[in-house]
Amino acid sequence: MDHFPTNWGRPRNDTVDAYNTYPLHQRPDWRPKDSFADGIQRTQQPIVTGTSVLAIKYKDGIMMAADNLASYGSLARFKDIQRLHVVGDYTILGAGGDMSDFQHIQHTLDSLMIEEFSVDDGHKLGPPEIYEYLSRLMYGRRSEMNPLWNSILVGGFKDGKSFLGYVDLLGTTYSASTLATGYGSMIAQPLLRKAVEGREHLITEEEAREIIKTSMKVLFYRDARSLNKYQIGTITAAGPKIYEAQSSETEWSFAEGIRGYGAQTQ
Amino acid sequence: MPQQRQFNPYSENGGTILAIAGADFAVVAGDTRQSEGYSIQTRYAPKVFRLTDKAVLAVNGFAADGNILVKTVKQRLEWYRHAHAKDMPLRAIARLIQTILYAKRFFPYYVYNILGGIEEDGTGAVYSFDPVGSYEREACRAAGAAQALVQPFLDNQIYFKNQKPKPGQSHPTHLPLDHVLSLVIDSFTSATERHIEVGDGLEIYVVLARGHSAQGLSNIPGAQEISQTDEGERVFVVRRDLKKD
Repeated sequence: MDHFPTNWGRPRNDTVDAYNTYPLHQRPDWRPKDSFADGIQRTQQPIVTGTSVLAIKYKDGIMMAADNLASYGSLARFKDIQRLHVVGDYTILGAGGDMSDFQHIQHTLDSLMIEEFSVDDGHKLGPPEIYEYLSRLMYGRRSEMNPLWNSILVGGFKDGKSFLGYVDLLGTTYSASTLATGYGSMIAQPLLRKAVEGREHLITEEEAREIIKTSMKVLFYRDARSLNKYQIGTITAAGPKIYEAQSSETEWSFAEGIRGYGAQTQ
Repeated sequence: MPQQRQFNPYSENGGTILAIAGADFAVVAGDTRQSEGYSIQTRYAPKVFRLTDKAVLAVNGFAADGNILVKTVKQRLEWYRHAHAKDMPLRAIARLIQTILYAKRFFPYYVYNILGGIEEDGTGAVYSFDPVGSYEREACRAAGAAQALVQPFLDNQIYFKNQKPKPGQSHPTHLPLDHVLSLVIDSFTSATERHIEVGDGLEIYVVLARGHSAQGLSNIPGAQEISQTDEGERVFVVRRDLKKD
């Protein structure tokens, strides 16, 4: 149910993409304003955004990928932004959504890891702990109506167990052997599930890399906010590793033959 | 004038839950799909949780609120154990859940709860709640995405609504366990057929009062015992597949 009476009886506002774009049109807000409302900014919208993140479980651990673009609306603004981030010795984060909120999260978690290191009690935060902390952080902020506008994948490997989880700006969490955020959840997730579900323990690193590569290529073809430059990260018993940026081989010659879209009819 | 878009702190994650009370047992079930819109987020996100050796809680609605609520309830039950050296009785858990829900009356947990288990007098019980905490004890209740499909079926098959008994006979007040289990399984296979947000997996928790034999579970393959009290209450879980399309 929609809990905002001003939206009742109106069509759903599909111009608002919760994860991606700087402002498209909005409907005017005629509700009475708190006199102090101008002085404080609470609800926000994502400004500089990253698009999909993909991750799969495979034989040795977790493989994750995200491209290097940070968009400003439809403008491809920053083309060398790393959206995968290592936390501690066992975990990698991958984030879509608002990049400044993501940097704030990186800072928070890095500080947390320093604090935990200083305690020096022989314990190290593993993926489940970081995931729990992060989901409480996200849920806490949404409950203050001041969300961190991201959808984040947490991948990890510790004590022989791999971990893969999702958390977003609402504090919604879930785990699965394949995960994707944003456009990836519509375009890449079906491909990933077909390749991975039921054979998580058979997939080799090479095979996992092929699956991720194919999916990133399909995403680049179809997602207008993506970039053909992306990074892959892995977390295995050997620890987390984020690889150098790479790109997909693409083929556009077919485009010449396409007829019948928009104004082009001949 | 600055235009602001309101942030919507809620979402709806599909799925359906169901509970039925027998004379000396309770069955609480839920599917395991979690979805948002037309996307399946995961095929396995449990919605049914064992709280004590005789209480099971099913949570359905906005998953983030649901998970936090279950954590809160479990923590309060742990505190109760430390304070009183025993598990909180079912009717007290029901009242606890009411106060936790009502405490957030003006920013509610957007979840429908169904609590099932064994009362102190040994009877099977089901309590159902609305998101702000009003609750009642019932014999059966369905909630969630396919409530509109399942509840009428239960009304007919459990309360015998719109059914006339044979002349000289009357409807039974309580059904046996094997019968209840087959109603639960049929409810979920049917809901899976007709509702897109229901499917993937089914988890059925069965709580038996002391002295109740597990015989009704015998023709259900894969029933797994997860706890037993000294007095003899037992909790079982049955996991089954549902269609994944």
